[in-house]
Order: sequence, then structure tokens, then C-alpha cells
Amino acid sequence: MALWTTYYQPATVAEGLALLAHHEGAARVVSGGTDLLLEMQQGHKPPVAALVDVTSIAEMGTIGEQDGRIQLGAAVTHTHIVKSELLVQRATCLVESCGVIGGPQVRNVATLGGNVAHALPAADGTTALVVLDAEVEVAASSGRSWHSILSLFQGPGKSAVDHSRELITRFRFQSTGFGEGTAFKRIMRPQGVALPILACAVWLKIGPGRSVTNGQSLDTAVQPIIDDVRICIGPVKPTPCRALAAEAALRGRTLTAALDDCVTAARAEFVPRTSKHRATAEYRLEMIEVLLRRSLPLALQRAVTGTAVPEGVGLQ
Amino acid sequence: MAILKLTVNGQAQEVDVPESWYLADVLRQKLGLTGTKIGCNEAECGICTVLVDGVPVVSCVYPALKANGRVVETIEGLVSQPANRDHQSNGHWSIDNIHQYRPTRLDSLHPLQREFVRHGAVQCGFCIPGLIMTAKALIAENPQPDDHAIHVALKDTYCRCAGYPAIKNAIKSAAAVMRGEEPLPVTVPQSKEPLQVVGTLVNRPEAIAKVTGEAIFTDDINLPGQLVGRTLRAAHPHARIVAIDTSRAEALPGVHAVLTSKDIPGRINHGLVYYDWPALAHGKVRFLGDPVAVVAADTAEIAAAALELISVTYEPLPVVDGPEAALTPDAPIVHEDWETGNLLKHIKVRHNDIEQGFAEADLIVERTYQTATTEHAFLEPECAIGVPAGFDADHPKLTIYVGSQIPYADRNQVAACLNLPDSDVRIVSPLVGGGFGGKEDIAGQVHVALLAEKTGRPVKMLYRRDESLLFHPKRHATIIRMKVGAKRDGRLTAVQAELYGDGGAYASLSDKVMTRATTHATGPYITPHAKIDCYVCYTNNPPSGAFRGFGVTQSAFAVEQTMDILAQELGLDRLEFRRRNAMRVGETTATGQLLRESVGLPETLDTIAEQLARDDNQALLKSDRPHLVRAWGIASSYKNTGLGGGAPDKSAALVEVYADGTAEVRTSAAEIGQGLVTVLAQITAEELGLPYGQVKVLLSDTDLTPDGGPTTASRQTYVTGNAARVAAGLMRQTLSSVVAERLDVPPGSIRFEEGLIRANGDQIPFGQAVAWLKAEGREPSVYHEYMAPKTQPLGTGGDMHFAFSFATQAALVEVDLETGEVHVLKVIAVNDVGKAVNPVGLQGQAEGGVMMGLGNALTEAFIVENGIPFTNVLARYKMPSIKHTPEIVSIIVEQPTADGPYGAKGVGELSSIPTTPAICNAIYNACGVRVYSLPVDQDKLLLALKNGRDACY
Repeated sequence: MALWTTYYQPATVAEGLALLAHHEGAARVVSGGTDLLLEMQQGHKPPVAALVDVTSIAEMGTIGEQDGRIQLGAAVTHTHIVKSELLVQRATCLVESCGVIGGPQVRNVATLGGNVAHALPAADGTTALVVLDAEVEVAASSGRSWHSILSLFQGPGKSAVDHSRELITRFRFQSTGFGEGTAFKRIMRPQGVALPILACAVWLKIGPGRSVTNGQSLDTAVQPIIDDVRICIGPVKPTPCRALAAEAALRGRTLTAALDDCVTAARAEFVPRTSKHRATAEYRLEMIEVLLRRSLPLALQRAVTGTAVPEGVGLQ
Repeated sequence: MAILKLTVNGQAQEVDVPESWYLADVLRQKLGLTGTKIGCNEAECGICTVLVDGVPVVSCVYPALKANGRVVETIEGLVSQPANRDHQSNGHWSIDNIHQYRPTRLDSLHPLQREFVRHGAVQCGFCIPGLIMTAKALIAENPQPDDHAIHVALKDTYCRCAGYPAIKNAIKSAAAVMRGEEPLPVTVPQSKEPLQVVGTLVNRPEAIAKVTGEAIFTDDINLPGQLVGRTLRAAHPHARIVAIDTSRAEALPGVHAVLTSKDIPGRINHGLVYYDWPALAHGKVRFLGDPVAVVAADTAEIAAAALELISVTYEPLPVVDGPEAALTPDAPIVHEDWETGNLLKHIKVRHNDIEQGFAEADLIVERTYQTATTEHAFLEPECAIGVPAGFDADHPKLTIYVGSQIPYADRNQVAACLNLPDSDVRIVSPLVGGGFGGKEDIAGQVHVALLAEKTGRPVKMLYRRDESLLFHPKRHATIIRMKVGAKRDGRLTAVQAELYGDGGAYASLSDKVMTRATTHATGPYITPHAKIDCYVCYTNNPPSGAFRGFGVTQSAFAVEQTMDILAQELGLDRLEFRRRNAMRVGETTATGQLLRESVGLPETLDTIAEQLARDDNQALLKSDRPHLVRAWGIASSYKNTGLGGGAPDKSAALVEVYADGTAEVRTSAAEIGQGLVTVLAQITAEELGLPYGQVKVLLSDTDLTPDGGPTTASRQTYVTGNAARVAAGLMRQTLSSVVAERLDVPPGSIRFEEGLIRANGDQIPFGQAVAWLKAEGREPSVYHEYMAPKTQPLGTGGDMHFAFSFATQAALVEVDLETGEVHVLKVIAVNDVGKAVNPVGLQGQAEGGVMMGLGNALTEAFIVENGIPFTNVLARYKMPSIKHTPEIVSIIVEQPTADGPYGAKGVGELSSIPTTPAICNAIYNACGVRVYSLPVDQDKLLLALKNGRDACY
């Protein structure tokens, strides 16, 4: 039996919404399709009457910056993100996270909107969007509205957006500015399951520097104070979430002084679970520490130098 | 339906397609562009890659309508004119030449296609179109791609033959050509003593068809009126069948046949050793892949709907989930009529007095190892087409098209099930998109034969990837207990081993595979006393059978780590320890075989020692970060060539010569990527003094080619190579006598060189001699059946095998002490192959073997829980990708074996065996944790490191 009967490619958001409305819940939004179509094919999602492909909607395919705020269309592909000079410098963690999803053929068609729509607690692109404090525009027949990204997730694979009636159209977040830095790291398992064992994104903002006390001796290096920080680690809960205790341990301190406390706080605030054939809880706990110790210094260095070269893109 | 307008390879196309189709469906089914292959249908393997507006996409999950208005490029668009294949191009082949190839020129090819052929990047060829298209987009974006860029671009475009180093060379070389520079030289070493053709670097004859997309694999064939066949599989891993009701399925419009076991006119069971495997389940089901019913319908959708309408009533039975459970006294019995219950076979090696051996030992080491079930993951899923007898002029008899490793066994098994004489069945094998042992057993052959005869129409049965994963026999999971004694000076005194093998639901080749695991459990070492017991059991898991390495892969993992442990505890250098115990000429194996010749093990050890002593290899041990530790590890192995164990090992070939100065060699032996077409062309050219390009090869058609026996046990170069060598040699003698008479010269003065026949200053073209021969009314062909030297069954003493190949590998690994991640950085592989007949093919086997061994160590595990596979999609079964490719240095040792063609013996399996233990020994050397269970699990490794343990299980 065919997985869908009709395949629409609307040119505008209004047209897309009208098609969804016409099918009264029996149609579904599709973008790159690299998750959805496989889930339907493998019987994890039921067949639908129609698919509404949003990748021809012009406004959903652009990347732009205005007044220090980046706006990108939900149908922007991962490849487009990785190749964007703007995002490389101003949303490095997003580039790093989108650069490790699937292989190049998948990244060429898979979109960031699709990643968020899928609502997995370890989705790479989503993890980066969380620390960028992104907002998501949802278009419904009643109009468009902006939502904080974390408000869209209701459980593993469960989105607050009704993909049979609404569209995720755009994302927006503050461009990583002066004195700010981001990083994304993840740990994969070489066997089976394509999902990461653990993914971690960080964003931080530094203030003026101060001398660092390292144990008994005075370290002469001047390290900046972390004024603000956002950390997202997943999967540690059914939905993507911030590591609030770990963040609190860093604010107002230097990384050297606070890293151990941050790690301790992160290890205490989450109780990772064992996913069969993917990772043990014990291993995940160790990886929380490894990822924080690898990503925070990298983000700090980027904040200090004001430049960033994405790491790990394309191979992980 | 919708109208799809797109440009394909420069041509505007307008096609009416169902809206639910994917781009690959349109290309293959509507436009006849079958060069685009489908490997998984789940965006995992990448081989269906085509370019849409210049961008690589996986066409198997790319909705067709998404391509509306776009420009699509496929492999067929790369070359402006069709390649000069000897027979007609795609769509115009005939049944009689479907698998016929002749070496041709590369002139008209795109640089990528040409360099893939030249550098030996083409093996089975099924993945090649996807790789080339992906590489084309890479070069368009990056005209000078380095290793990193290639790894990124091709990360998810798999090649299971895993010729990744050659693929990288080919891409770099093509990029150079496209930049207007010279192509890179082919760096493959040739034989130390090359002959005219044998031992030299030649291009694979069938490679051109493979790089242009013209190569024909079974699913590329479509016949008029062809129906779609599908299989209903068991709903439980172990259950009694109470009732089957097919009436509702039969009533569905578009369904032409629904068959169950009662519709089998002949023998219901098939099997390669024991007939225990029902072609359609009767009485009970024994694993989740058991076929219960088959249907033939007009379309795939109707066939799928028909399966849903078949109602089967089961009485579920308790599941036997592994060999230890199988042997418990109250275990449910898998095969009620098997005399020894769930014990499929107890295999024994007894050699001298094991107690005495341990009494003489200064040190005894005991360890237990575990290996995982692994999956061949050949990229071409099983496909068979049945054509009923008398269907048309090409098909006077029941014909099965199937990519098979054993065409004549298929014929015999199909005939038996259909109650027909063998001669009423014709098996035609198109190209085989990878086998590795997984295409030896019956899959859909019998089903399509039954359905075709029932419906009177051709029926195609193509397995989906999940079906392929579920159904075909896997590598045996094993538990291996080793107890080994040694003297203080390092000499081994005794090897005792106990092996438990998971045979799965049916015998397949379990008996033979586990016999090999048992006899090779001493490793390639002189063992004064040995006692080895192997218990292979029936379980309700997927059957286990042949898989490259054939049991030796498993025992080598246990043996080679145990050898390292002994060496370490005795304070001896690991290479020196192996050297002291190495098999050599004049010694006797634990099965009682006197090694009279061709034992290259000491030379492989010496070569590795020289390599490791080099400064550059020592310098690699330094890592730039403290949490990354590196070490080299080594392992040695040996592997028999040929069936052995008393099985008559024969192969037949026919060589025919033509007045146009060409020759053809024919045999039914499978080209599964290993290079047999090349080897047969080389040998025939060598013997007849013909240029390589003047020899055609026709393979695997039971009506046109004689029986070459199974393509298994690394035997084809030796056995069928010898059949071709002798047949061609006899042909040369016949031609000599004709020429001698015509020219009135002594036959001894005649030489065959470069297509000419020379004698006493005269020379005539080869074709002239053939014309004279025919004028005399004599047959221009010679058939020869070659019989390999006799072997003895295990336990009777004497020669169990007629040849052994030997190998030592060194692997450099890096362990991340913070995450437990393991990376292999370099592998040095030294293989004693007797004679490198086809050095380009050999390089592919050596490199691909290393990659498969690497996968076995680090990435692959086919997980079955209580009879139900967890790894039911390719996304859950990871094979090594190009990104895992270490630097591989392949070195050839040539210790000739007297009866092998020009001294050659097998290498296809050997090359993959030492890699896994070499990696595991290196991991121990790097971080002090020994891995006793496969695959290496970074989770367990890290927790062992964190908790101060020196072992992970």
C-alpha cells in the first residue's frame, strides 16, 4: 500500500496551510523526509493521504541577519547551514551540530525544521538551538506566533506543533556577538543506532578578566569571568533541556575556577538512563563530564578570540 | 498519478508516475536507467546516490515529485557514448551472454570511471555508480580533494568489498586528470616474478560495465508479463503451525498464486550439507525468517496486501536463544528428528596426549572469549527471477536468474524441490553484488521456480534489506574456552579448546564452518598435544553459515590474544614467541598433516618485524594529546584453500578458440568481486600466448558453462584457475601439433607469443592456426575437469587440506582514555599467497579483508534477542565506512604451492582473519585492557579503565 496518495509542493506558507486544512488532519508536513519517510516505511508512523512538502516555500529557505539577530527558514538544509559563513562565525555550535547529522546526502536534503519537528531529546541541531535560546515561528490557520524552542517538546518524538495542521516556518536567535562563544560536541557509538550516545552544546558570554587562583599557587594568567552561560545536554530527559545547575556553577566565575564545580553539578543534576544497545547510564554520566570539559574551553576560547573554526564537521 | 518533468542526463523527460514513488523507482522502472542501484531503501548505504541540480541525494528515499523541474545526473550520463562492451549494451543483452566479458579499452570513459578501473577500485561493482556520482559532486566543489575531504564526502556511501584505499586513489587520480594533470600511477605491487600476463597489472574485464552502469545484476532484468513475488515469514521464532488459510489472499484481484509447503511437488527441504531446511515451512517454524507462504501478484502493493490476508494459526513454543541454552537437558528441541537433539555436531581434534602436554608446560593460560553474530551486508540484496519452461524462445526450460555463489547446487536444489531432472532447470547468474559466503544457500530460487511454473509467467522476488538481514545465514556467534601450555622458552606444549557455536535454525554449512574453527584453533603453530572440542547447536536464531573466514575468524580472535598473553607472561617478544612456534615445512599439524611445502608464515613474521622496526612506523606511536594512547598489535593466521576434509574438490572449464584470434573460457564459478573473471582471462591468455584483451570469459550459466563448484573456501583461483590452465594448455598442444604438421616443424620448436605462433623463423597469426584446426574437422575447444589433490576427513590423519595460506598483520590503534573510543590508524598486512596471479585484485582482497576484519572488531554485531533480531535494519548494523579506513600497507609473500596454478593459493578469506585479533592485541598494548568479547565496546572499555580492570567482557 502506498505510504501517501498525493504529494504537494506549495509555494507559499498560506498555500501550505490551506492544503493541510483541506485534508482535515489527514495530511502531514514533510521537509527533507529523511526521518519521516523512513518511519512511515518501517511502520513506525501510519500512511497519510497527502504529504505537504515545504521545501519550495521561498521564505522558509533563507538565512539572514538583521540587527544582531539571525533568522533562518525551517526548510534550510543542513548543508546550507554548514556552508553559511554567517552561521560559521555567529552560530558556530549550530554549524557543528548540523555538520555531524547523517552523511552528506542526507544533509543535502534534511532540514533544521525537520530536526526540530522530530522532537528527539538528542537531536543535534535542536541541542544547538536550545543554547542559542532560539525562538520558533509556527504558522497555523489562526496566524503566526513565536515560541521558545523548549516549549515545543512534549516527549520523545512528541512535538507541540501539530504537523497535520501547522507549519514550523522560521527560527530566530541572537547572533553570537562580541565576547560570546559557542561549541557543540557529541559522542557516538560505532555499532548500531545512528543516534548519539550524548550530545552537548554550550553558549557563553564573558566579562572582564581577573587573575585565577589555581590551588595554592597564583596562576598569573588572566582569565575572563563567565557572565552568562547556557548548556544543553541530551538525551538526559524525555525532552531537550538545559543543564541549569551546571550553568549556575559557572556564572560569575572563571572557567578554570568553576569547571570542576560545573561538572559536579551536571553529574548531580541528571540521572541518565541506560538505552539498550546504545549506552549505559554509567557511561553517559562519564560522557557528561567529558563533553563539558571539551566544549566549555572551546567556547571560551572562541569568546576570547572572537573567531571560530568549526570542529568535527562532516566526520563523526 | 502525476506528471513529472525533469531533465535526466541532459535529456528532457516527461513521465506519468504514482505520487508515492521515489526518484530511484522512476530512474530504474520508467526510464530504464538501471545503473542506479538500490541497496537498502533506508538512506543508509548511499549507493543509490544521484545528483539533483548537482547535489548528491539518496534516490531511494527522495520523493520523485521533488525532482520536478530539476536536473538529474546518473551514472549513465557520465560517458557520452556507450562503453564498448563486447555484447550489446543495457536492455539488449541476450540470455546467452549476460555474464560474458572481455577486457576492453578505457578511452571513451569519464576520468572518474577510467581511474576507478585503473586503480582497482571496482570489485563486485554494485556500489560503484553511487560512489562515482558522489565523487563527481565532490570534485566539482573541490578540484583537489585530500583524504579528509574524500572521507567527509563519501562517509555514507558504502562499499562492502571495502576497497576504500583504491577508491581514494581513483578519486584523487580522476581529480588530477580533470585539472588537466597526469593521472596518478597505480601503486599496486606486481608479482615478484611476473609471467607474460599472470602476475602483471591488468584491468578487470567486467569493470567497464560496472563503472558505466551497464553491468547487469539480477534486479536489472525485467521480462514481459513479469509478476512480483513476496514471502510471508514466520510470526514467531519457534512455533507449531496449526493451520494456514490462504483463501482470502487467493481471492484478492491481481494475485496469481499463493503457495505453501503442500504445493511443493518434490523434496520440501533443501540444504548444502543436510536437507533440513524447508523451502516453505511445514509443521513448525524455527526462526523468524522461515518462509511460510509465497505469493505472486501483479504489483508489489498487491503482493504485500496478499501477505496480510494469509492467516496462519501458530502454537508458540519456547525459544532456544543460544548454544548453551540449546544444550541444557530441558531445552526445547528445534529439530525433533535430529538424532543428537539440539547438538548439530560435536567436532573433535585429538592429537597426542593433552595431559602430558600440560604436564610439560611451565605456564598454562586459560581464557574464555566470545564472538558476535555478524552479517555479510552484501550491498545487493538477494534477488531471483523464475521463468517457466516454454515461456519464450529464450526459455525453453525452467530458468532461474539469480546472483549465486554456487549455480550448480542451486540447479540441483531447485530441481529436487520441483521434482524435475537437473537437466530440466537452467540457472543463469548475472553479476553478484557481493557474497562473502552469504549467497551460497537457497534464498528465493525455489520460490520463484514454483511460482513461475504455477502462474506460467516470469516472477521476480527481490528481498527488501530487512528481509535480507532476517533471512540469510550469518557468521556463527561463538564462545571459545582456551587452555594453552608453554615452556619457559616459549615453545607451546598443549592446546586445549572448547568451542560453542550458534548454528541457528538450520544446518546450512555449520558443520564445515565449525570444523574449520576447530582445526584452526591451534593457530598456525606447532602444537605437540591438542584436544579440541566444538559443539555447534541448533537454536531459534537465524541460521549460521559461510562467511569469509569460515570459522577461522572466530578461533583466531581467541588464539592470537592467548598467544600474546603467553608471550607477555613469559617475558618474550610477541613476534619472537610466534616465530619459535610457527608452522614450517617438515612439521605436522594437530590434525596430522605433514607440511611438505609452501609455508610462508616465518617470512610473514620477518616482514612484519622489519616493518615495525622502521623509524616511521615507530614514530607513529607518538600522539599529540595525553588522553590518546597508541600501540601496535600483531596477529598471525592461516587458512586452508579449498574444501578439504575428504570432499572431492573439482572444477571444470572449457576453453574455445576462434579463427579471429580470440579465445573464450567458460565455467560456472562466481565473480563476487574477488576478480575471478580477470584471473581466468589472465591464465587463458598466458597459456595460449594471447594478448590479455583477446580472451573472453563466460561465467555461471548451467546450460553454457561447466561446473566450477562452489565459490567458497578461497578456492576458485586454485581449482577453477587450474581447470582453465590445463584446458588452455591442452588447446595449445593441439594447435602446436596442427601448426607443426602444416609448417613441417617439430612441435617442440613452436612458441605462442602475443597472439602469434612462431616456429623456425616463420610466424602465423593465432587465428590462422585455429582455422587450420577447424579445417581438419577438429573441435576448437577443450573441456577439462580438474581434480585438486585428495584430502582426508578430520580424524583420519593425513592431509586434511591441499594448501594453506599464511598471514601476519600489525595494527596501530589509538585509544581515547576519556571516552573508550578506538581508532585504527594503520595496518600492515602481509599475505603469503603462493603467487600473485592478479595483483590488482589481490590488493582489493587484502585491503577489503582488513576493512572487514576491522568491522568485525569494532563496528559489527547482529543482535538477536530471544530469537528476534534487534538489528533488523541497516541503520542498526554498521559496517566500516571510508571514514574508518586506516592507512593499509599490503605486502605479498610468494611461497608457491606445487599444485596451485603458477604456485597460487587462496587469499580471499585469509586477508580478513588476523585483523580483529591484531586490533585487540593493540588495544591491550595501548591501554592495558584486554577485550574478550566482540565487538569492542567503548562503553565497557571505558568503564574497565575507570574501574582499574584489565579486561572487558
